[in-house]
This record gives sequence, structure tokens and C-alpha cells, in this order.
Amino acid sequence: MTADAAVSVRGLQKAYGKVEAVKGVDFEVRPGEVFGFLGPNGAGKTTTINMLCTLVNPTGGSATVAGHDVVKERDEVRRNIGLVFQDPTLDGYLSAEQNLRFHAELYGVPKNVVADRIRKVMEMVALWDRKDAKVMTFSGGMKRRLEIARGLLHSPRVLFLDEPTVGLDPQTRSAIWGYINQLRLMEDITIFMTTHYMDEAEYCDRIAIIDHGRIVVIDSPEALKASVGEDRVQIQTADDSAAIEALRERFGLEAAVREGAVTFAVASGEEFVPRLFAELGMPIKSVSVSRPSLDDVFMSYTGSTIRDAEAGADTMTWMRAMARR
Amino acid sequence: MATEAIGVRVPARSAGHDLRAVKIVLHREMLRFVNDRTRMLSMLVQPVLWLFVMGTGLGSLVRGSIPGVDYRTFMYPGMISMTVIMTAMFSAGSIVWDREFGFLREMLVAPVSRGAIVIGKCLGGAVVAVGQGIIIVAMAGLVGVPYAPGLIVTLLLEMFLAAFTITAFGVTLAARMKNMQTFFGLMQMAIMPMMFLSGAMFPLANLPSWLHLLTVVNPMTYAVDPMREAVFAHLDVPSAAASMLNPGVRWFDFQVPVGLELGLVAGLGFVLLLVAVMEFRKAE
Repeated sequence: MTADAAVSVRGLQKAYGKVEAVKGVDFEVRPGEVFGFLGPNGAGKTTTINMLCTLVNPTGGSATVAGHDVVKERDEVRRNIGLVFQDPTLDGYLSAEQNLRFHAELYGVPKNVVADRIRKVMEMVALWDRKDAKVMTFSGGMKRRLEIARGLLHSPRVLFLDEPTVGLDPQTRSAIWGYINQLRLMEDITIFMTTHYMDEAEYCDRIAIIDHGRIVVIDSPEALKASVGEDRVQIQTADDSAAIEALRERFGLEAAVREGAVTFAVASGEEFVPRLFAELGMPIKSVSVSRPSLDDVFMSYTGSTIRDAEAGADTMTWMRAMARR
Repeated sequence: MATEAIGVRVPARSAGHDLRAVKIVLHREMLRFVNDRTRMLSMLVQPVLWLFVMGTGLGSLVRGSIPGVDYRTFMYPGMISMTVIMTAMFSAGSIVWDREFGFLREMLVAPVSRGAIVIGKCLGGAVVAVGQGIIIVAMAGLVGVPYAPGLIVTLLLEMFLAAFTITAFGVTLAARMKNMQTFFGLMQMAIMPMMFLSGAMFPLANLPSWLHLLTVVNPMTYAVDPMREAVFAHLDVPSAAASMLNPGVRWFDFQVPVGLELGLVAGLGFVLLLVAVMEFRKAE
């Protein structure tokens, strides 16, 4: 266990009765990194984040956040973390500034810096000009931005974001990513987030793929994609079956028709394309090379796409809901 | 925005920090109340209806049996307590509201003691209830109660105490409630009998023994009686009427003094406060 890790988790478990939501996870988050928890709904992401934030007691294992044990030193942990939940936790009847002031007092931010700090975080999320407006007049995106500002108000060492962009329009999503990137440049902060959006996981320094309460793999997005290995090459020809035959004979590659094109996998696809044109011995109408996406990564580690996994989880939830009636 | 980050290190928990938490929770209660005009108005309409409509109507019926005293004068301290009770319960109910809308979570994840949050909430309920009570106090002249400074101060202090205890009671109920409907249902169920049996509406003299027993067991009785004692001390009432309308509370042959009554209310408030804090500790 590294002493200076921002978050360090060993064999963490949580069971609700017989249902094991988190089945013993181990990982470390380095100071200053953006660490993503990627998985379908119901995979155990929120349960894990709740245990790290001291909101739920683990049923097994241990975890430290900013060097403090999440069970034994709960207040120490709380003082050093910022939280942005999936559901808003703002008081709609108070103004944006009043909400932040409430937070500053609750977290004991030194009185002489409260005003400066409030202004700074509100400027960061571009809400300073709306400081006196009641929060209930805010859009969903503005509320989320205000919550991020509030999460940063007491300069936490670790900021936890539980699905920070879920349910937001693309513009707000990219704005929120803008703040997150800005943040790690400006403040000495570690960011721990959960997401089920593949494209967002790309922004993380490292991601952990979690499925059915277990971590399947942890690495940087690039390394994960590289681990899937080969690029995907698709070509259009006049005679697909001849092309498949030629690929087998000349390059020893197994190809098949996918999405109306001859498709095959090859390491470093871009370098392969010139050879392909020179040696295939038949005209090629078009060619496309694509790197493996995180979707491919998720697929190769869990055996299903994240959408299928979610559909499965939704069915489970639905069945449970029906059974309860 | 290339300015240096204003680094803040949140200090370790201390009594001063908890005090700030109490103050901000209290401050929020007051802001919420001041911003909610509708609630203020509705909380006022009810006692005014009781006092001037019911009080006048019933008053003409019972005039013969209480010579020299306006029934509304009798009801007046009862109406103060009723207003205070309703306001305090509503304040406590806002915890359920906070839970439904997520704000409770913001409070519960903060590095402050649960006690600070619950005390802030109860003080908030008490202050808001006193604010509401002041308006009823201002109507004293309309029902023949003098504006004596001593009386006003006594009433305000007694209101504060009663409201604190009632809010603490409400918070213990609200600690487990998941939605407002359930809370208000339960609140009605608890408040109505407590109100009826407290002497707010009819004097506690010459009751059948089963009813007398219930009134003595009802904690609200000990919040209402001191206010009535205070009001009657400033009235010039024929002694026959006074002993009928303001009999005080008797345990068998023991006339319970006002000091003990207030002590009971305060003690109960303290116990309920502890229960509420414990419930919030458990609820996490």
C-alpha cells in the first residue's frame, strides 16, 4: 500500500443482505490524477464511491482517502474530500451564493477567505453573475456546475464526481470537462469519477473497468486500447470473396464481410495500408483504419458491450421492481 | 483566471467549528421562513380563526358560566401555544423536505457533529416560532390582555422553550420519514390530541377522571399552563372565574408549580434532542 496514494483500496466489499454490490476491489489512485470508474449502471460504481466518501460502511476490506481510513477517521476523510452526487443536493430556495456560504460554514472554511474563495469557484464555473439568483431558477447544467463549485470550495484533496455529466446536454458536458481539466492544472487535487460514457472515460489518466462488482482491469485508456491490440481495417473492393482469398494467401489474414466491407484486424493498421495496396493484386475502392475504442476494450474484458450490460441491469431492476409488488 | 489558487485547509473539528455549523443551520431556517410568505400567512390565519371566530362564537355560548371574563381572553394563551406548536412542527418537517430534495445529504456528509445540525435545526424552529408568536402577542389588546413588558418577556421565553421542545419532537419523527405526506399525516395524528388535551381550548378544571389523567400525561399541558398562568397574573379576574379557568395542573393533591412545569418541558426537549441526534447517527 503506497503511503502517499490519494485513494488506496484493499479488498473492499459491500453486501446488502445476500446481494453483493461490490465483491472485493483493490486499486490505488495516485495524487493529481484523474481516475475514472467505468462500468454499466448497477456495476457497483456508486456503492464504491459511497464507501470512499464515508456514506456507506463497507462490509469487508479497507480503504484510505487522503491518507485517512474511511471507517475509523471519518471526519478527517470528509474534511479532505469534495463531493458531487448524481442527484442535486442544493437548496433551491436559497441563492447560489447562499448555498455556497452554507457549505463554507459547515466545512469550517476560515472566515477571512470565505468571500474570496466563493467568488473564485463561482467564476470558475461562470456563475458569478448569477450569484444572487435562487437556485430553483437554474437549469440542470447550471446546478451541476454550482455543485462542482461547491465541491471545490473547501479545497479538497480528492474530488469525487459521481456521473458528473449524466443527463446533461453535450455543450454542458464539454464545459464540465473543461473545468475538470482546468482544475487539475490550477489546484493540487485528485479527481475520482464514475461514468458510463466511453467518450468521457477517454479524458481520464487511468480507468478501472468495473463489472458485476469486480474490477476487471485498470490502466490508461491508451494502454487499454493497445492491449486489445490490433487496429480494424475495412476495405471496399469489386469482388469481396476474391479479396478475402487474396488476404489469406498473401498476408495470412482472416477477413470477413462486416457492415458491408471486408474487415480484418491487424497490428499498426496505418503502416499496413501501403503494403496492402502494393501487394493485394486487385483494385481497392476505399480503405478505412480505426483504432480500437474503449467500447472494444470493454467488450474484450467483459464479453459484452456496455449498452448490452446496461440493458441487462435494467431488466434486473425491472424484474426486482415487479417482484416487489 | 491565472490567479494563484487560494488554498484553504479546513481546520480540524473544534467547538468553534460546531458552533459555526449550528449558526448556519439556524440562519438557513430563518432565511427559508422569511422567504416563504405563504407559510407565514397560513400559520397566522389558523389561530386568528380560532381566536376570533371560534372564540367569539363559543364565547357567547359560555358567557353565563364565566362571569367577568371574555372566553377569548381565556383562549388567548392557548392560541399562542397552538401557533408556536404548528410553526415548530413545520420547521421540523423541513428535514423531510430536505431529504426528499437531497439537501439533507449535503448536511450529513459535512465534517460536523450530528448534534450541531440537530441543535441548529431545533433552535431554528424555536426562533421562527417565537417570531410567529410575536404577532399573536401583538394582538393581546384585542382580547383584553394588557401589554405589560414583564408579561411579554415571560411569554416570549416560554414560547421559545415550548417551540424548542416541539421542534425536537418533530425532528425525532422526521428523522426516519421519507416523504412529506407521511410526515404530515403523522404530525396531524400526534398534534391534534396533544392540542385538545393541553388546556389550550378548554379549562382543565372539573374534568372526568379519565380525561384529567390524559391531560396530566400530555406533555403539551406543561407548555400551555405556564403561559396561561402568566396571562392570568396580569388580569383582574373574579377569583371564582379564575380558579375555574386557570386551575393549573394538579398531580393528585399536588399543585404543580410553574417552575417545575417549565423544567419538565426543558427536560423533555433535552431528551428528545438526544434521541434525534442518535437517530441521525444511526440513519447514516
